[in-house]
Amino acid sequence: MARMNMIQALNSALDVTMARHRNVVVIGEDVGYFGGVFRVTEGLQKKYGDQRVLDSPIAEGGIVGAAIGMALNGLKPVAEIQFADYIYPAIDQIASELARIRYRSAGDFSCPVTIRAPCGGGIRGGQTHSQSPEALFTHVSGVQVVMPANPYDAKGLLIAAIEGDNPVLFFEPKRIYNGPFDGNPNKPAIPWSEHPKGEVPEGHYTVPIGSAATVKTGDDVTIITYGTMVFVCEAAAQLLGIDAEIIDIRSMSPLDTATITASVKRTGRCVIAHEATRFSGFGAELSATIQEECFWHLEAPIQRVAGWDTPYPHAFEWEYFPGPARVALALETVMESKGATE
Amino acid sequence: MPRLHVPVTPTRPGDTPDFSYVALSAAGAIKRPRYDARALDLDFLATGLVRVLDDDHRAKGPWDPKLDAETLRSGLRNMLLTRLYDERLQRTQRAGTIPFYMRSYGEEAVAVAQCMALQPGDMLFPSYRQQGFYMVRGRPLVELMCQLLSNTRDMCKGRQLPVMYHWKEGNIFSISGNLTTQFPQAVGWAMAAAIKEEPNIAASWVGEGSSAEADFHHALLFASVYQAPVILNVVNNQWAISTFQGYAGGEQRSFAARGPGYGIAAVRVDGNDFLAVHAVTSWAAQRARAGAGPTLIELVTYRAAAHSTSDDPTRYRPKNDYEHWPLGDPVERLKQHLIKLKEWSDAQHDALSKDLDGQVAAAWKEACRFGTMTEGPWLDAHLMFEDVYAELPAHLERQAEALQREQALNARLGLTSAKD
Repeated sequence: MARMNMIQALNSALDVTMARHRNVVVIGEDVGYFGGVFRVTEGLQKKYGDQRVLDSPIAEGGIVGAAIGMALNGLKPVAEIQFADYIYPAIDQIASELARIRYRSAGDFSCPVTIRAPCGGGIRGGQTHSQSPEALFTHVSGVQVVMPANPYDAKGLLIAAIEGDNPVLFFEPKRIYNGPFDGNPNKPAIPWSEHPKGEVPEGHYTVPIGSAATVKTGDDVTIITYGTMVFVCEAAAQLLGIDAEIIDIRSMSPLDTATITASVKRTGRCVIAHEATRFSGFGAELSATIQEECFWHLEAPIQRVAGWDTPYPHAFEWEYFPGPARVALALETVMESKGATE
Repeated sequence: MPRLHVPVTPTRPGDTPDFSYVALSAAGAIKRPRYDARALDLDFLATGLVRVLDDDHRAKGPWDPKLDAETLRSGLRNMLLTRLYDERLQRTQRAGTIPFYMRSYGEEAVAVAQCMALQPGDMLFPSYRQQGFYMVRGRPLVELMCQLLSNTRDMCKGRQLPVMYHWKEGNIFSISGNLTTQFPQAVGWAMAAAIKEEPNIAASWVGEGSSAEADFHHALLFASVYQAPVILNVVNNQWAISTFQGYAGGEQRSFAARGPGYGIAAVRVDGNDFLAVHAVTSWAAQRARAGAGPTLIELVTYRAAAHSTSDDPTRYRPKNDYEHWPLGDPVERLKQHLIKLKEWSDAQHDALSKDLDGQVAAAWKEACRFGTMTEGPWLDAHLMFEDVYAELPAHLERQAEALQREQALNARLGLTSAKD
């Protein structure tokens, strides 16, 4: 076991898969010589050469289009989109091509590309460096969508994504690259080295795509969340002294419905939290699924915590970010409803 | 004050056809550089027009590929087969047996000559008007027709509009209705071939209209940056449905002229001249295979038929346009060339036409045995849920079960579709 932050864990995942599989290649803006603006690909070009770690032009549609072609010719490309905010020029290649080539060719062709994209706010990035666009891709049949919330899962999920046969959108919550973040920007940062999930095996292992993790068990309420919000939710529950069960879904598509519904049926209460905007956010899918599967077990209406339905503003970062107070208010609302039923 | 310029469409219905806007060069007039010449020395290829066959149907000049008569006859046969296949399926669509069809009438030399100039292991990324590839690479017509019928032998398992074929074993990629997406994919495929140090190259085709898409830029840029072993083809058939090529930027300069801006060798070629198309493609293939870089080819041709069976070109261009097209008809020109060489005759041509048409008719009859739209057998609707992912995920399994319940209710209510 080694101590790694999320960047080192992702780097280790790439290193391990590139060493094991000659067909794994990395392509993206600044990923080669420089090692990526977030350093995730650091040292890889030196180790594996410039034929396998390719600096690319600033053209996300071209990066994904070329990666699809490489995959059609037997490579396993890992494409980096420097910020998830820049993924939009690639949407046609992702939604119309990457997701559907297997389907439209009746399984004769497939293109298992992994697209990594740092996402989320809390880094003073303003509206073009803070977005969480994961829900857009969960609406596309044919791609898997994952987001790890700690170094251990980041490495295991990335290896699973690269070694799997499906295209994967791999979102990395960059606010927690270096350490967990409880939503309080005034507190000194905690490094991953002090967190149990910062313990990461150096070698090969996978975390299966499509399985949620119960981060903390509890009886009062189920909090369903992912990414940076896992730690914000933990802090909020602690603040209120509520015995919350916290589920990090890790994978939005496919979704581990069984883990979620089993928990909600047991606690009878549910708060859903994500950084992305609320309207048509992934929370809507979660809420609808829970309503369908757990309705007769619910003691209170499901609450959603999310970013406001605005672009991500620069000067109002902490007014925008769904911090512990917004989670706490939602928790209080679901817990208050208890009185009404008793 | 500048006034907004609106591209000029030279003629509309009722006008006398006028193709004076097409810049022509005489057969044999354009120099043939070495295959590995520097791209920056080749600008003249992007603005001239490489032609081999002259008006008298003789081969002329340095681009003459000097193909033997057997190869020429094979080219003629493949073009003719493409045309007869198209004609029968057009009639079939009109009779209502298939919902949609797209002919390649007038541009058969593009797919046929180019495919013949490439190696069987080269990967082709077509748009929707290169059915000639399948004739050259020899896919049984029945298999293509089953796709058009979405029947039990449909290679796409009922998931694609007619003509959106693919052939893994034949190295022909699946056609997308989203235009130009295949262009950067072909470049990526070629990049992978170079990374793996394999000898095969990639080639892709788009229309001049869809060269306007951002993916055209992505493809040229990536091809240039990584010097990918790829041939990128723009089939300039003058029309994007009703929109004249000027709206894709062809009014100011040739489409081939975009190559030099990216540092890519580019050739403008008479797309209806089988010999010229073959020669230019062979040159580009040799260049790519030798690691000398990618090539952009503009094939100047004419979409003699409607865009598709859903289109009526008499509403936007003169009816008799094609009769006046200055580059003639590709089938007729190769036929006359072979006759001139005393390697072919009208009688042989008629006999071949009859034979090929018979083969097409027989194939159609056989294809229909595997199901038509009105008479079964039909594909199992469960196929709808397969191949979305490598495995069938739980939520799709549940949806497949829901469909079964829905079908059972439909049956009870008598709300069945034609095929039930």
